[in-house]
Amino acid sequence: MLSSLIIVFREVIEAGLIVGIVLAATKGVLHRAFWVALGVAAGVVGACLVALFAGEISNLFEGSGQELFNASILLLAVMMLTWHNVWMASHGREIAREMKAVGAAVTAGQSTLTALAVVVGVAVLREGSEVVLFLYGIAAQGGETTTGLLLGGLLGLAGGAAMSALMYFGLLSIPAHRLFTVTGGLITLLAAGMAAQAVLFIQNAGYLQILMMPVWDTSWLLPEGGEGVVGIIGRMLHTLIGYSDQPNGMQLIAYIGTIIVINVLMRVMNPPKRVPAAVPNPAE
Amino acid sequence: MHFKHIAFVAAVSVLVSPAFADAPIALTLKDHKFSPATIRVKAGQPALIKMINNDDTAEEFDSSSLKVEKVVAGHSSGNIRLRPLPPGKYPFMGEYHSATAQGVVIAE
Repeated sequence: MLSSLIIVFREVIEAGLIVGIVLAATKGVLHRAFWVALGVAAGVVGACLVALFAGEISNLFEGSGQELFNASILLLAVMMLTWHNVWMASHGREIAREMKAVGAAVTAGQSTLTALAVVVGVAVLREGSEVVLFLYGIAAQGGETTTGLLLGGLLGLAGGAAMSALMYFGLLSIPAHRLFTVTGGLITLLAAGMAAQAVLFIQNAGYLQILMMPVWDTSWLLPEGGEGVVGIIGRMLHTLIGYSDQPNGMQLIAYIGTIIVINVLMRVMNPPKRVPAAVPNPAE
Repeated sequence: MHFKHIAFVAAVSVLVSPAFADAPIALTLKDHKFSPATIRVKAGQPALIKMINNDDTAEEFDSSSLKVEKVVAGHSSGNIRLRPLPPGKYPFMGEYHSATAQGVVIAE
């Protein structure tokens, strides 16, 4: 039971942190619960499919299918996170203003929900497929009782969900007018970390074999994974801001490049001089 | 024309994986144990491990120090590429059966 508890907890934390950020970033937008739930559901279905076809996916592209698949869905998530931030750069203030005026959920912001639902789906799919494979392996082998397995899985799920809630309510304690700035920053780092992770998968697939030596090594201080509390902190920072204890040159370029691209796009789409709010935007 | 050609070949040679000088290192998993549990590679050179999973269930080759996470389905095999490693010890494990599936890569 303990092993299933630990594995499920570890994977659910990672997806849960992302769900927590997405929920905070869409605070005040109508129907967000539906979209996030849809993302989670699609992710669970996707995870089962990926687990079912793990062997087939792996054999694609001369044995590098799994790495390229992971890189592709990570890059998809990076694009969706970028889209969210750029959209919020020009609409965030309106949403905050409208929320304050009506004191309730607003309909603006629906379009960015679809993008974030994809991000949630990708996060759940990646972590979920590992959980499915692991639990299936234990069940098939009959090493643990079904009750123990189920209990371990459920406890792990509850623990991960609690982390998600902690992240969400922690972010909500930020004053409303600062909230979207903070979530925007978090989402930028999340995207940068995913881009760096995608580079690693591409390199593990045998492509982009340049600048592969580690730029620094902080594994003695804060390892990126492994057992114990320090390992869990390293893992969480890895998920949240893309922390790596031994990043290589190409990963750093992807990380910094993503931050620059998102900030430039946000600046371009949101010129500092703004038309007064009385003029309706024909695009809406 | 020639310059384009040269640039293209240069771009391709960067993108395409380098040929591995040595044959892949075979790593077998049976009853959730790795064999050999210790793998020696030359420091500073890329290496290729071919993991053969002889168990009925999938296993994930997982190593935070090698920066590799690779799922290999039951009765199947998968390639694990190691980047050029500085000399040192790099532990790895089968994440789904970490009690028994343990091993280490030694770069020297």
